[in-house]
Amino acid sequence: MSLMLEPSASQIKEQKIYREMGMTDEEFAKAEEILGRTPNYTETGLFSVMWSEHCSYKNSKPVLRKFPTTGERVLQGPGEGAGIVDIGDEQAVVFKIESHNHPSAIEPYQGAATGVGGIIRDVFSMGARPVAMLNSLRFGELDSSRVKYLFEEVVAGIAGYGNCIGIPTVGGEVQFDRTYEGNPLVNAMCVGLIDHKDIQKGQAKGVGNTVMYVGAKTGRDGIHGATFASEELSEQSEEKRPAVQVGDPFMEKLLLEACLELVKSDALVGIQDMGAAGLTSSSAEMASKAGSGIEMNLDVVPQRETGMTPYEMMLSESQERMLIVVKRGREQEIEELFAKYGLEAATVGRVTDDGMLRLLHKGEIVAEVPADALAEDAPVYYKPSEEPAYYRDYQAMEQETPQVEDLKETLMQLLSQPTIASKEWVYGQYDYQVRTNTVVAPGSDAAVVRVRGTNKALAMTTDCNSRYLYLDPEAGGKIAVAEAARNIVCSGGEPLAITDCLNFGNPEKPEIFWQLEKATDGMSEACRVLSTPVIGGNVSLYNETNGTAVYPTPVVGMVGLIKDLSHITTQTFKQAGDLIYMIGETAVEFGGSELQKLQNGGEIYGKAPAIDLAVEEKRQASLLKAIQAGAVQSAHDIAEGGFAVALAEKAFGTELGANVRLDGHIEAAAALFSETQSRFIVTVSKEKQEVFESIAADAKLIGEVTAEAALVIKQQEETVIEAAVNELEGAWKGAIPCLLKSEA
Amino acid sequence: MKFAVIVFPGSNCDVDMFHAVQDELGEEVEYVWHDADDLSEFDGILLPGGFSYGDYLRSGAIAHLSKVMSEVKKAAQAGKPVLGVCNGFQILLESGLLPGAMLRNKDLKFVCKPAQLKVENNETMFSSLYSKGEKVTIPVAHGEGNYYCDEATLQQLQANQQIVFTYTDNFNGSLESIAGIVNEQGNVLGMMPHPERAVDELLGSADGLKLFQSIVKQWRESHVVNA
Repeated sequence: MSLMLEPSASQIKEQKIYREMGMTDEEFAKAEEILGRTPNYTETGLFSVMWSEHCSYKNSKPVLRKFPTTGERVLQGPGEGAGIVDIGDEQAVVFKIESHNHPSAIEPYQGAATGVGGIIRDVFSMGARPVAMLNSLRFGELDSSRVKYLFEEVVAGIAGYGNCIGIPTVGGEVQFDRTYEGNPLVNAMCVGLIDHKDIQKGQAKGVGNTVMYVGAKTGRDGIHGATFASEELSEQSEEKRPAVQVGDPFMEKLLLEACLELVKSDALVGIQDMGAAGLTSSSAEMASKAGSGIEMNLDVVPQRETGMTPYEMMLSESQERMLIVVKRGREQEIEELFAKYGLEAATVGRVTDDGMLRLLHKGEIVAEVPADALAEDAPVYYKPSEEPAYYRDYQAMEQETPQVEDLKETLMQLLSQPTIASKEWVYGQYDYQVRTNTVVAPGSDAAVVRVRGTNKALAMTTDCNSRYLYLDPEAGGKIAVAEAARNIVCSGGEPLAITDCLNFGNPEKPEIFWQLEKATDGMSEACRVLSTPVIGGNVSLYNETNGTAVYPTPVVGMVGLIKDLSHITTQTFKQAGDLIYMIGETAVEFGGSELQKLQNGGEIYGKAPAIDLAVEEKRQASLLKAIQAGAVQSAHDIAEGGFAVALAEKAFGTELGANVRLDGHIEAAAALFSETQSRFIVTVSKEKQEVFESIAADAKLIGEVTAEAALVIKQQEETVIEAAVNELEGAWKGAIPCLLKSEA
Repeated sequence: MKFAVIVFPGSNCDVDMFHAVQDELGEEVEYVWHDADDLSEFDGILLPGGFSYGDYLRSGAIAHLSKVMSEVKKAAQAGKPVLGVCNGFQILLESGLLPGAMLRNKDLKFVCKPAQLKVENNETMFSSLYSKGEKVTIPVAHGEGNYYCDEATLQQLQANQQIVFTYTDNFNGSLESIAGIVNEQGNVLGMMPHPERAVDELLGSADGLKLFQSIVKQWRESHVVNA
């Protein structure tokens, strides 16, 4: 294809060809104004992709500004590849979460795999060694063959990439709900470790320095991927399959090792991943951040295919590529470093002082655009917001306890709900042990990865209950952050910070924008109260299928610091005779609960559970203190399915049981299944009873761990549930494999 | 005793192997890049797991053509202990140092979990510190660990006591539940489970440590005799 076939500047304008690239008339006019002329085809491509929501956050910036992003330990907040938090001893943890929803809806294996690859590059482009992966996945119900296919292939894609590159996938969450039927959510999080001295930035500093391209060659895959990510899915989305990239984890492993060797070199000035919008975003952003310009010769960009145009090269999202800036005159040693790993490092340009991104191709200037205009000057939209009618209706409803005929049978059914059921089918396909630092494997509240060579460890989790968010985005936003922190605390960690992935519908709809506003209000407040600033993240809007949005799903990825390996705590019972305590009171709260969903054919309504962040903070602080004092044997937060599910989970895998007695202030069904927030079940050895009670004064002794593997739950004197643990565990373990095998 | 951990492009359990030897076994160890042409200074050779060359074409198929492999063969012929774990085992199969081949796991999925193994032969330089019939917990993490060989080879393996470890629960469909085998001389061991992941109770099991200690014990004994 030659340049001759591309539309001219005037054709682009007159025929409004920019609209096909996702630009509005106003945006095109603004680009014209910046350039003082009509942009040509390549330049229009640059603007359209850099001004897409995915790259510019033009619709979400106003809400993102609300997040607290600083803190004593924060070394790098939002704006670079990933955020960085100090963990002492001149070490820091680097982490970020990112979505790959739309690609995964169309081509689930590669969509998920390249989501993993992309987030790993974000972390090692900071100079950090990736040490763990997590994910957060959402699918429709496992009763259609399409959903089963998406689920199986997404898991296989994550496994295929993560296992091959050799970074353990240690945790995550999977939720199933009809709302995600056509638009699954695939969010991947990477956690890395770095020494302070090795922290890198994506900056193109120093006029005359050399811009080099390293990693895989550029092909025609993924062109306009970022734009595709910024549209709703529809029947026509299948045609966007070529916008989905193909991953090569082996290439990324080589690139990873080479880049980590590179960051030790003083020849390196800046480094950035070619992620969304590939060569365009990496070059424009690096120049813009440094206040410089970049001139690149596209003839020497390594190409996988012949006859690629500047437009195609600049908009390709081929994977496993990095753009680096090195000191002038040091190119050869960089080439040799990459050659050791069988990789090419090509000199493609230089840093200039004129602030322009200038592209040359076959001896001609094919694009000349201010780097700032692309990276910084995207329009910011303040979208109209409107409280939806459904919210007012739900808020007017009273909380009531659902009718439950058979409590034990209901517990069995809850344990078989795929959202609650064992995810062993999923994590058994992930290598969660490679690098031999995984102390707590998937399946407990948070995963725990030790920091080799120290006595410290990192706890990490991903969380979000989108049903609460749908009913009440503000309360739900608070709960998402609080629950993540609960998981970290239950593992013995002090919550450090969060990364978030805001998965919402089309923000141009006032009711969706209202959800986004309220959810981020709630999250911001929880982050302030729980002292967990937001150090980075990702926004994925337009998660809609044929006009219907998914539930608002702002996934929270949190990392905590475990100061001493002896503090590591898991959720399961440890020995018979240990005392069982409950922290927190149970109220009647069933809006958005698993039980409500179960009884109403997937529909939810009413008020979300209430949350008092001050109470939350106090309980978490005292539980962590008790754990650090060595007074706690096991700890587990009470989440989906309520008390009975949490208690059963504590028994699974242990050959132990429990005998507990609850008070009678509410109906048995509420005591067992209500989803009141800020509650924990903790076990304590008898020797530590006094120490524990002195620290966690409001914890209530409710029973004992038994040698007999049965759950006996009484309310006052009446036995409300009596069940063999293996019967419950069978239902919990078998649910997902069983659903996958059954006929669609 | 000085060990070499061979690093191929795409190896990813090299670090685990290195630390198992250095931190838990307390012996000398070095990483050796795949293009090395001399292994004479090493007393034991370790081929770690991972996805050498992305496992493209076939697991281990490209790695076995690496320059270092002719040196590994020399070391094997010289009677030095050679241990291949997971992808390392697959490379040993491809290179002909051990008989047989790997198929995909019977359910076609990657499996990561702690596996229980039975020690079938404790009279090798890799297993002397275990007792015969001992059950040990050593993690597995592989997609192609379903061991296969022809009938004649199997009879030979059995007759020569070359089967060192078997799975108590044959989750991947291996012939005769085979998890690890040695060559006829007994100095080359290939196994799918990862003993280097089971050297520290903190991570769930230290049952793999005895395998490394067995190697060191044999080496010290022969060293004293030869001295």
